[in-house]
Amino acid sequence: MSNKIWLITRREYTTRVRNKTFLLSTFLLPLAIILFITVSVWISLQGKSQHRIAVIDANGYFKDYLKSDSSISFNFSPELDTLNYAEKGNTAVLIIPVLPEGQKTIYRLKYKKQLALEGISDLQGRIDNAIVDHMIYQKTSVSRAKLDSVRKSADIAELRSYEDQGKIAKASNQGASTAIGYICGTLIYMLTFIYGAAVMRGVMEEKTTRIAEVVISSVKPFQLMMGKILGIGAVGLTQFMLWVVLLVSLALLAQGLIPHDIMMEVAKQQQANAMGMSSAPGVSSAAQKVAEFTGFLNTPNWGLILFCFLFYFIGGYLFYSALFAAIGSAVNEDVQEAQSLMLPVTMPVIFSFFIMTIVMRDPGGQLGVWASIIPFSSPIVMMGRIPFGVPGTVPWWQLGLSMMLLVAGFIFTVWMAGKIYRTGILMYGKKPTWRTMWKWAFKA
Amino acid sequence: MDILQVNHLKKYFSSQRAVDSISFNLSKGSIFGLLGPNGAGKTTLIRMITGIFYPDEGEILFEGSPFDPKNDITHIGYMPEERGLYKKMRIGEQAVYLAQLKGLSKQEATQKVKEWFVKFEMQSWWSKKVEDLSKGMGQKLQFVTTVLHEPKLIILDEPFSGLDPVNSNLIKDEIYALARKGSTIIFSTHRMEQVEEICDHIILVNRGQKILDGSVAGVKQQFKENLFSIGLEGTGNSSSTTAKAFEVVGNKEGSLIVKIRDGYRSNDVLSHFINEGQNITAFTEILPSLNDIFIRLVEGTPLARQFQPTTA
Repeated sequence: MSNKIWLITRREYTTRVRNKTFLLSTFLLPLAIILFITVSVWISLQGKSQHRIAVIDANGYFKDYLKSDSSISFNFSPELDTLNYAEKGNTAVLIIPVLPEGQKTIYRLKYKKQLALEGISDLQGRIDNAIVDHMIYQKTSVSRAKLDSVRKSADIAELRSYEDQGKIAKASNQGASTAIGYICGTLIYMLTFIYGAAVMRGVMEEKTTRIAEVVISSVKPFQLMMGKILGIGAVGLTQFMLWVVLLVSLALLAQGLIPHDIMMEVAKQQQANAMGMSSAPGVSSAAQKVAEFTGFLNTPNWGLILFCFLFYFIGGYLFYSALFAAIGSAVNEDVQEAQSLMLPVTMPVIFSFFIMTIVMRDPGGQLGVWASIIPFSSPIVMMGRIPFGVPGTVPWWQLGLSMMLLVAGFIFTVWMAGKIYRTGILMYGKKPTWRTMWKWAFKA
Repeated sequence: MDILQVNHLKKYFSSQRAVDSISFNLSKGSIFGLLGPNGAGKTTLIRMITGIFYPDEGEILFEGSPFDPKNDITHIGYMPEERGLYKKMRIGEQAVYLAQLKGLSKQEATQKVKEWFVKFEMQSWWSKKVEDLSKGMGQKLQFVTTVLHEPKLIILDEPFSGLDPVNSNLIKDEIYALARKGSTIIFSTHRMEQVEEICDHIILVNRGQKILDGSVAGVKQQFKENLFSIGLEGTGNSSSTTAKAFEVVGNKEGSLIVKIRDGYRSNDVLSHFINEGQNITAFTEILPSLNDIFIRLVEGTPLARQFQPTTA
């Protein structure tokens, strides 16, 4: 019995792993992602064009407070007005009327080229600051230059957060947690789709080439389905492991390329960090960056994250790929048919992804808790939350319950899919309705 | 000894009594023809015998004990009508894989596949893919994978479709050879001339029920119409012959076709012509072909099987 599942699993695994597309996708996908990130960062840096804003100021003092920089340049030239600002090379015109104290007054921006949300709030902040600075100057005669130097020398405190784990307090990093959470959740989302769809295509292939009936006269339909699911899952795990190996070796390689003296400075900086100082004397900014980055890499609990990732990847994969297998067995040659039947299975996956992006902003909230316990969404949402800390953000009971429910969930979907598959794989002709599939699952 | 006994087998689907109480026995080493029009329930019957479907009622005995799909399945080789192979898999590996699924070890399977490939002159195919094969070549490969594990019971559904006469004969000879070695063969087809040539025993299924069961010769006897062909020297206007014992129903290639009336024997026909002084050159009984019997029995039932309620 299990011997036959093993035979089928092995065939699924070896035929896929030996395929050239497996090697290509394993090594090209990370390269493509790296390339994509590099190019998009590069484009966003290139594309950060300067906004040239003409200012018509009825108060007369903004000229002293609004300073041009790389993102916005202000032009106070008196011959500018709302009609000719564009001709004179400005992208927008800011009209500030007299702003009397104790009364909200509206000032306006007219533009040719839109400032993004970020640009608008940046501009607003600068104007608010200018008003405050001007009022301080008016009421206390502290000059702008004095204020600036105070601000500069006041930059002496830096917040570091620690996760309280009883005896020890572990350094935490919200940025790192968020980034890792996003990456884990997105990876599970992608892998569920890639390998779930592979299972569905495999089942459809067996059905349309009519090999299914030949094989089913040797093994039980359930064994054929399970062998396929396990074989493709093993391909997924192999691919993931290769990625981990690839990343780790790339990181080691990168570390090897950093010159020795900088590494010494990095060690110094790390010591300084441990002693509660933000920067050690005589350490170059490059070394500080490296120290910051290694700190970033060292904060999360990688062992736990890797374990949970494997668990939720396998659990989520079994949960969804069984459903994909059931759909593959039900459809005929028609790809459109498959797509319409797939929708109820893909919707929860896509939903989970959206929930994950919302939950990342408040990983301890109600939505996050429930979505990471229910098996439909738990693989993606829980993986988004775990990097924020266990048992801090995710208490042990939540993790345990979520894992147990996921196991129960995939046992159920595999059982149900087995019933649908058994009937569907030998049915040709009409596309089954949801009602008939329900009958196959629960009545036959 | 009977290798297979099927007793009152029933399988009802929601809108169809696919198999409605069919029984038959199958003796070891025989070549058995399972005939019936499209949709008669043959495939459903075969799927129950191969353990793909569970019967609703009735029992199957395999070598005298109740059929246990888990173990007995390894003694069955089934080539379905709708058959296929993994297109992207190498042919040798595929044959070995399918044999392994039937319980052979890898060495055993590899050795057997090699033997069969030599026998069918397919050695050069080993590392080709199925998608490179023609339909007929695929068919040969499929046959090899069906019989490779030396099953006691071989079920072939339309095994000759898509094969040229040379390859058909190759497969036919193998079927005889397998039967001689003790395998029992169930042969399902619409091609009556093949059944007549190959099978010892047939059953005819229509609308889920067995309507005919017997040896090929016996069935022909059962359906004979007392037709004889008589060759007469210098036949002139004897086609207008009238006699008490028979009537002339036709004239074919210089021979008279006569039908003997009830209560008379063939000798009465001969005496008639001898008495007339005619010289008889040939006298043979005309037996119906299976094709005629098939058409006669199946004709009159609707061409397409109608859906029927199963609450009976």
